[in-house]
Amino acid sequence: MIVSVLGDMSAVEAPPVMGAVSTSDTQRMNGVGAWITTTDHRRIGRMTIVASALWLIVVTSLGALLGIERVASSSTFLPADAIDQMFVLMQTLASFGVLLPILFGVAVATVPTQVGARTIAVPRVALLGFYAWLSGVIVMAVAILANGGPAGGNAQMVDLFMIGLGTTIVGLLAIAVALFTTVAASRRSGLSLVDASLLSWSSLVGSVAVLVSLPVLLGTVVYVAVDLHYDSLAFGGAKSVMSWIGWGFTQPQTFVYAIIAVGLLAQMAPSMAARSQPLRGAMLVGIGLVAATVVGTVTQTSQTFEWKGSLGDKLDSFVPYALYNLLPVLGTAVVILLALLAVKGGERRLFVPFVPVFLGVGMVFTGMAGNAIVHIDSAGVDGTVFAEGATIYVVYGAVLAAWGAVALYGPNWTSRSIPSPVVLGVSGLGVVATVLAGLPMYVAGFADQPAATVSDFVYSGPKELLNAVSAAGHVLMLVVTIAAVLGALKALSSGPQTGSEWGGDR
Amino acid sequence: MEATLERHLPAGPQPEPRHVLLAATSAVVAAGTMLVFGMLGMWFRFRDAAPLRESSRGKMIRDWLPADIPVPEVATNTLMITMVIVCIMPQWAVYAAKRRDAQHTGLALAITMFLGIAAINAQIAVYIQMGMGIVDGPYQTMFYTVTGTVLALLIGGVGFSVVAMFRAFAGRLADREVFVAHALYWYFLAAAYLALWFVVYVQK
Repeated sequence: MIVSVLGDMSAVEAPPVMGAVSTSDTQRMNGVGAWITTTDHRRIGRMTIVASALWLIVVTSLGALLGIERVASSSTFLPADAIDQMFVLMQTLASFGVLLPILFGVAVATVPTQVGARTIAVPRVALLGFYAWLSGVIVMAVAILANGGPAGGNAQMVDLFMIGLGTTIVGLLAIAVALFTTVAASRRSGLSLVDASLLSWSSLVGSVAVLVSLPVLLGTVVYVAVDLHYDSLAFGGAKSVMSWIGWGFTQPQTFVYAIIAVGLLAQMAPSMAARSQPLRGAMLVGIGLVAATVVGTVTQTSQTFEWKGSLGDKLDSFVPYALYNLLPVLGTAVVILLALLAVKGGERRLFVPFVPVFLGVGMVFTGMAGNAIVHIDSAGVDGTVFAEGATIYVVYGAVLAAWGAVALYGPNWTSRSIPSPVVLGVSGLGVVATVLAGLPMYVAGFADQPAATVSDFVYSGPKELLNAVSAAGHVLMLVVTIAAVLGALKALSSGPQTGSEWGGDR
Repeated sequence: MEATLERHLPAGPQPEPRHVLLAATSAVVAAGTMLVFGMLGMWFRFRDAAPLRESSRGKMIRDWLPADIPVPEVATNTLMITMVIVCIMPQWAVYAAKRRDAQHTGLALAITMFLGIAAINAQIAVYIQMGMGIVDGPYQTMFYTVTGTVLALLIGGVGFSVVAMFRAFAGRLADREVFVAHALYWYFLAAAYLALWFVVYVQK
């Protein structure tokens, strides 16, 4: 159905002669063939967004199943030996199936136009990256379903999972190369980096951060994969895999993946206010500060703040902690405040796409703040589900921001727009779902509920309620995702060709 | 008046994007650098975690490289020197292409390619002379992984040289960016091998 809808959407870009209806099988195949071999950045971006949205359905389903399983921690309805693999699948898909690719999809579809290029630089590399990413994620999922992946019992499927993960990373790196090259070298004459759109700037910063950090993960994946294949002499076998590569799917690395979401807010605020961004330089710096995360991730070290000893000891502990954990929070806070400043002084109107982007980045900010708390020693939440709550906030928040981008830029791709009630409804329910799924994990983290386990944990708080609410949040997000995908595909493929309701921002 | 004229004049053609290949190669080089240095960082981590033992000279050293495995210094040093020398050739190709000298450009690229193949040969010689199996221990597994990864990057460099050489022999010298990007990639390979040589073969 999706291919069919995408095929219809392709017809929008090259309008047929009035009255002609292309319904023959040959034409249909040509349409599909044109899509799968396309070098049009808008098509590559849209395919990435749609595929990411489908993976989001898998992620929310896994979140719901694991959440329901946690409600009655004394018994299990899922196979006990599959729980660890389900957690791994959810973690890997949330980061590499949804978070990074959905934002890359938005950037690929929009940034070339914003910098005045005809298309994305090295479009075949971008297309190759899309296919490598998609096939890699499918291989990962299949390998885990066949008892592979970290903690898996089938050695061949464990190997297959590592191959899939490596392919996924290579695909994402290829897309990052295309994005970086577009912003760095394909800008129209006279357009400096500083004057380029803030989304372009965030895409540049985000792609550089990915290019710097993901190869380090790839190198570790290669080491671990070779070791797993040959007797597991160095890295400790399948059960230890996540201790080596898990940093690539958790905080603070997820902040690197969410940089483009922050850029979307920076881009949309002045558009909503119909004015130029005040303190634009500070906005550029704010986006850059989020990328400071890579300092911690590429060195694979985490810095914890310990409130003990003399003042000097506390400062010694605080400075690296702040560098690793507070700079991304500061950067996002700067962007949010400057966005509000732009909105405050500008034209007052309802700019619907701004709503999901603003709320989404707010959720991402909540996740970043949560990560800062995890690394405070006296908070005592390290190793609990608190970090899982932070991941939920970052991933679902970024998805909401991407939804706002689809609402705003969708009319540029198809001359059709998503109706405002649909955009607002999905945004509102999406925020509710994110808070329902994430906040109970924060509370349960303070009650010492252990991470990545569904049974045999005891604490005095309302554990059934907390886990039930979190599961309900995932279920709601699942429903919202399906509604958003169907609503967007319908509106952008067969809605009236009215162009953008909001105009202005290209 | 000026504004009115601007409004009525047709839009000119968009300028061609500049330095696209060079920018893309820079991104690949940045990623490749992080890949190699990340792997060497992991190597350091394992080496530092190894227990101490007494060396043949009576010093306390990390028991990382098994005592019975020889590191062939001639082959590894030859490999390193080859990689340093090879950098001159891509730059020669850039220089010759700038002067529209197809013969010298092609020759420089061919020499680059052959030196790259010689480096691959030297790496294989190192493997043969060390004579260890990949499953003999953690050192061996990590050794083959990190050197194999850099070897794969080197094979990519040889492929790049072949493509650039065909373009040169076909007379496409005006597109000098290919040769500049090619040179950049070989500088990266030389830097990667220098780091690998120092960490794996010298520091052991």
